[in-house]
Amino acid sequence: MATCTFWIDGKQYQAEEGMNLVDAAKENGVFIPSLCYFKHIDPPLGTCRTCTCKINGRHDPACTAFVKEGLKVEVNTPELLDMRKALIEMMFAEGNHFCPACEKSGNCDLQHMGYELGISTSRFPHLFKDRLIDYQPKRMIMEHNRCIKCRRCVEEVFTKDGKRVFMYINRGNETQVGIDYGQEAKLSEQEAENAMKLCPTGAIIVRGKSLSQPFGDRKFDLESTQQHFRHTITEKPKVANFEKKTIATVSLAGCFGCHMSLLDIDTDLLDIVELVSFNKSPLTDIKNFTQRCHLGLVEGGCCNDENIETLKKFREMCDILVVMGECAVWGGLPAMRNTIPLGECLEEAYLNSVTSEKGENTVPYHEDLPKILDRVYACNEIVKVDYTIPGCPPSANHIWKVVHGLLWGEDYSLLYSEFKYD
Amino acid sequence: MSTHSKKLFPVEPPRSGLLAELWQEQLRNNHISKQALKKLADKHQLSDIETEGVASFYHFFHQQPAGKHTIYLNNSIISELRGYERIRETFERETGAHMNSVDPTGSFGLFQTPCIGLSDQEPAALIDFLPFTNLNALKVKEIIQKLKQGKTAAEIYDTPLDNIRFTPANDHSIFFAPYSAGEAIKKLNNLSSEAVIEQLRISGLAGRGGAFFPTWKKWDTCRQYESPAKFIVCNADEGEPGTFKDRVLLNNQPGSVLEGMILAGYTVGAAYGIVYLRGEYRWLLSKLETEIELFHTLGLLGKNIGGITGFNFDIRVEIGAGAYVCGEETALLESLEGKRGEPRTKWFYPVEKGYLQLPTVVNNVETFAAVARLIQMGSFDYLKRGIPGSAGTKLISISGDCQRPGIYEIEWGMTVAELLDLCGAEDPYFIQVSGPSGECISVREKYRRISMLDLMAQKDIRCGGSFMIFSSKRDLVHILMNFSEFFKHESCGVCTPCRAGNFIIQRKLERLQNELADMNDLKELRNWGTIMKTTSRCGLGKTASNSILQSLEKFQDYFTARFAGTDNSTYRKFDHHAAVEEYERYKP
Ligand SMILES: Cc1cc2nc3c(=O)[nH]c(=O)nc-3n(C[C@H](O)[C@H](O)[C@H](O)COP(=O)(O)O)c2cc1C
Ligand code: SF4
Ligand code: SF4
Ligand code: SF4
Ligand code: FES
Repeated sequence: MATCTFWIDGKQYQAEEGMNLVDAAKENGVFIPSLCYFKHIDPPLGTCRTCTCKINGRHDPACTAFVKEGLKVEVNTPELLDMRKALIEMMFAEGNHFCPACEKSGNCDLQHMGYELGISTSRFPHLFKDRLIDYQPKRMIMEHNRCIKCRRCVEEVFTKDGKRVFMYINRGNETQVGIDYGQEAKLSEQEAENAMKLCPTGAIIVRGKSLSQPFGDRKFDLESTQQHFRHTITEKPKVANFEKKTIATVSLAGCFGCHMSLLDIDTDLLDIVELVSFNKSPLTDIKNFTQRCHLGLVEGGCCNDENIETLKKFREMCDILVVMGECAVWGGLPAMRNTIPLGECLEEAYLNSVTSEKGENTVPYHEDLPKILDRVYACNEIVKVDYTIPGCPPSANHIWKVVHGLLWGEDYSLLYSEFKYD
Repeated sequence: MSTHSKKLFPVEPPRSGLLAELWQEQLRNNHISKQALKKLADKHQLSDIETEGVASFYHFFHQQPAGKHTIYLNNSIISELRGYERIRETFERETGAHMNSVDPTGSFGLFQTPCIGLSDQEPAALIDFLPFTNLNALKVKEIIQKLKQGKTAAEIYDTPLDNIRFTPANDHSIFFAPYSAGEAIKKLNNLSSEAVIEQLRISGLAGRGGAFFPTWKKWDTCRQYESPAKFIVCNADEGEPGTFKDRVLLNNQPGSVLEGMILAGYTVGAAYGIVYLRGEYRWLLSKLETEIELFHTLGLLGKNIGGITGFNFDIRVEIGAGAYVCGEETALLESLEGKRGEPRTKWFYPVEKGYLQLPTVVNNVETFAAVARLIQMGSFDYLKRGIPGSAGTKLISISGDCQRPGIYEIEWGMTVAELLDLCGAEDPYFIQVSGPSGECISVREKYRRISMLDLMAQKDIRCGGSFMIFSSKRDLVHILMNFSEFFKHESCGVCTPCRAGNFIIQRKLERLQNELADMNDLKELRNWGTIMKTTSRCGLGKTASNSILQSLEKFQDYFTARFAGTDNSTYRKFDHHAAVEEYERYKP
C-alpha cells in the first residue's frame, strides 16, 4: 500500500495508508494511550474510549480510525489529556480496585495507564457497587470488581468448536461480563492462561497461576530508590533565613502503614528533624494541637465521627493539608465495606460470626465510643484537600519529596518507580 | 396473542429469529428459564452465556417468573407529574407485589419501565403488554379486581386515543390528509428510482428520527451498492420519553408508513422490509398485520407490485423487548440479528453494511409516511407547506403542563409561542424539546421558530418530535434526576463514559437534590457532562448530559439562587445525621 503523510499535533509523519492510527502513531514515536485496543481484533472494539483524539476536527477514538493522506490529528492538547485522564479515573471510580490486594498489580494495563497519565486521585465519586467474585468456573476466578468491560475476552476467547466463553450480560450500569461455566471447562490450560493474559486488568484469574508472578516481583520494585534521598529531602533548603517548619500527622481509618512508610528513610530521619518539628502526631504522642502548623499529613479516610472531627481540626490548624495513601485519597482497603450496608457488616462481625454465641453478643454502642458512619468517606468528601499522595503505602521518597517541596516551595520530580498505587 | 406476523425471509439466518423465540418463551411462561435459554443456545449453536447475554439485555425478558399478569408502570417524568407515586402505591396495595417484584402467589409482577409512548394519557401502564391509560387509584383498584376475578387484560384494556389536536389549515396537512393505499405506488409507473430521489431532494425531506439526515442522500447511497439483497428497515422503536407521534401514525395511518417502505424498496432495489416495533407498542401489532394483509390483497406487497414487473417487496414485523438504545440504528440492526442491542462502531454505515452486513436503509416511521405522501402529491405541492428551505410539516407530541396534550401537526416555521398557545400551556417555564436527549429551552426563548433551517440550531429549533412542558412550579433538579435515571438504566453498557458516566452524574445530582451541593459541584457537573458528550461512542452517551449542560446555561438564575452563597471551600457539606443514622439503630 501507498505511504501517506499525516499530521499529529502540527508535526508531519508518514505511515502506510490504511494503517490503524494507534499503530501508525506508535511507529512514529507518538504514544496514544489505549486500553481495549488489541491489534488483531477487527473491527476494533472502541469500548474504553481512552484513545480519544481530535481527528479532522472531531472527537473520535484513534483505535477506530485509520491514517490517510492529509489526516490531521490532535493527541496531546490539554483538553484531550484531561479527558483521557478522566476516562481512566472513571474506570477506577466505577470498579472496586484495591491494588494492594490484586494479583495483577504491577502487571496491569489499567494501573499502568494510571501511572502514565499521572493520576493521583479520581475526580469522580467512587460508586462502590457490590460486585461478585465468581469462584464457580472450574479453572478461573472472575473478579467482577476489576473488569473494565473492555470486551477483549468476549471477542477473543472461543472454544475449539467456536463457542464463546465470555459474554456481556445485563445492561446499563448493571452490565458485566458473564462466563460460561460449561465452555470454560473445555478450555485447555494454555487457553485459560491466555485469557488471563489477554485481560488488561486482574478480572480473569486462573487458579494456581495467579501467583506465578507474585506481587512485589516486578520491574519497578527491583531497583532500589534509596540513593535518591539525600539531595532531595534532607538537604537544607536554599533560603535566606532558614526556619524550622512545624508539621502534624495523623492516622484516621488507616493501618499506620503510611506512617511506617514515613519512617522508612531510616537514619535520614535524623536529618529531617533538623528541618521540621512535629506537633500533634503519633510520632511525638502529642494528642492535641499546641500551635498552628505549616503542614498536616493525613493517613486514612473517615469511618467514624471522631475521624471527621479530627480531620476538621487538621484543616483548621494546618496551612497546607496533604492526604497520603489510598485510604485517605478514596477510602482504600477499609472502604471494602462500602459495597455492603453497615448493618450487615456489624451483624456479621459482632452477632453472627462463628465465634459469637447466639444472643450473647451485642454491637458495641456507648456514648464514649465514636459513631460508625454508613460508609468510609474519603478526606476530600469532608474537607478541602490541598494535595494528594497516592500509594498503599506511598513510598517514603514520594511523601518526603512532597512535604519538602511544599514547605519550601521547591520544585521536585518524582521517579516513575516512586509513584504507585500499592 | 400472536407473537410475530411472518417467518423470517429466506435470506435471513435462523439466528435472526432469536428475539422472537425469546418473546414466545416469555409470553408463554412469564419468564425465560435457564433450560429455555439452554435449548435456544443449542438450537443456534451458541454457548449458554450468549443467549443469556441477549435475554438479559432487554428488560421485558425475565429470567425469574414475572407473574401471571405482568404490570409495567411508566416512570417517565410526565407520569411522575401526573401522579406516578400514588398509582404505584395503589398497584402495590392491590396486587400485594412490591415494585420490581412478584406477589407471593405469583399472580402479579409489578415493574417499572421508561416512557411507554402514552404521555398524552398518563399515568399509564402496560398490563400483559396492553395499554391502560389515565389511571387513578379507583381505576387501578377495579382493574386488579377484574383480573383477580379471572378477566384477561385483553378484555379490559383501554384503546389509546390518538388525540390529534391540530392539523394545518388550508388542507396543508400531510400526514392526516385522506389516505388511499397505493396512490403513491401508482406514480412509480412514471418515476424511475432516480426520479424518486430527485423528488426527495427537491423537497428537502430530512429524517424524522432526530438526526435530520437528508433522506434522498441515504437512499441514493444505498441504491448505488451492488448486492444480492438489501433491506428497508422502519425504525418504530420510538423510545425517546415524551414522544408518541409514531404511535399515532402507526395507529391512524399505518398504510402510509408501509407505502413509504415500499417506495424505498423500489428506489434502492430492496426486496425486504422489516418494521422494528418497540415492545411497548405490541398492542399495535395486529393493526400492522391487518394492514400488511390488506396490502397483499391489493397487490401492493408481494410480487410485481403495482403491476411493475420484477418489483417484489414484502414486509415483516419484528418486536423489540424494552431497550431504548435499540432506536439507535446500528443497535437496532444488531437486535434484528438476534443479538444484544449494542451500537456498532461507525466503521461502516448501514447503507453500505447494515443488517446482516447487507446494504440497509433505516428510516423513522414519520419519514416513511412523509415519503409516501410526498410522492403522492409531488414535490411541487409539498413545497407549498412550511417555509422556504424548510418545507413540509412536522408531527409534535406535546405533554406535560398543558390543557391539551396530544399530537400537533405544524408547518415548519411556527414559533414556540404559537405552539404553546395552541396546546394551552400553563405557566410554561422549562420545555424539553425532542426528549431528554434533545434540547431544553427556557420560556424566554419562545419566539424561536421551529424549523430545520439552522443547522447548529442556534436561532431556530429543530424538533425531533416532542415538547414536554414544565411549569415554574416544577423542580428542575427533580426533572434532571428523572432523565439521568433513564440514561443510567438505558445505556447499553459498552463504553465507559456512558456506562459509568451516567451513574456518576446521578450521584452528583443526588447531592443537588439533598442540598449538599455548592457552586463547585455545578462546575464539576458541567465538566463531567462535557466529557461524556465528547467521548461516548453513540448518540445515547453523547446526548445524555445535554439537558444538564443546557439547563445549567439557561437557568443560571435558578441554580445560583439555589446553590450559591453556600460555597464553603474549606469544609464540604456533609449530612452527619444521615451518615450515622444506620448505626444509631444499635443504640441499646
Ligand atoms: C440512543 C438513540 C435512540 C434513537 N431512537 C430512535 C427512535 O426511537 N426512533 C427513530 O426513528 N430514530 C431513533 N434514533 C435515530 C436513529 O439512529 C436513526 O438516525 C434514524 O432511525 C434514522 O431515520 P431517519 O433518517 O428517518 O431519521 C435514535 C438514535 C439514538 C442515538
Ligand atoms: S492492579 Fe489493576 S486490576 Fe488490580 S486492582 Fe489495581 S487497577 Fe485494578
Ligand atoms: S474480563 Fe478482562 S478482558 Fe474481559 S472485559 Fe473485563 S477487563 Fe476486559
Ligand atoms: S454511548 Fe452508551 S449506549 Fe452508546 S455505545 Fe456507549 S454505552 Fe452504549
Ligand atoms: S483503545 Fe480506543 S477505545 Fe479503547
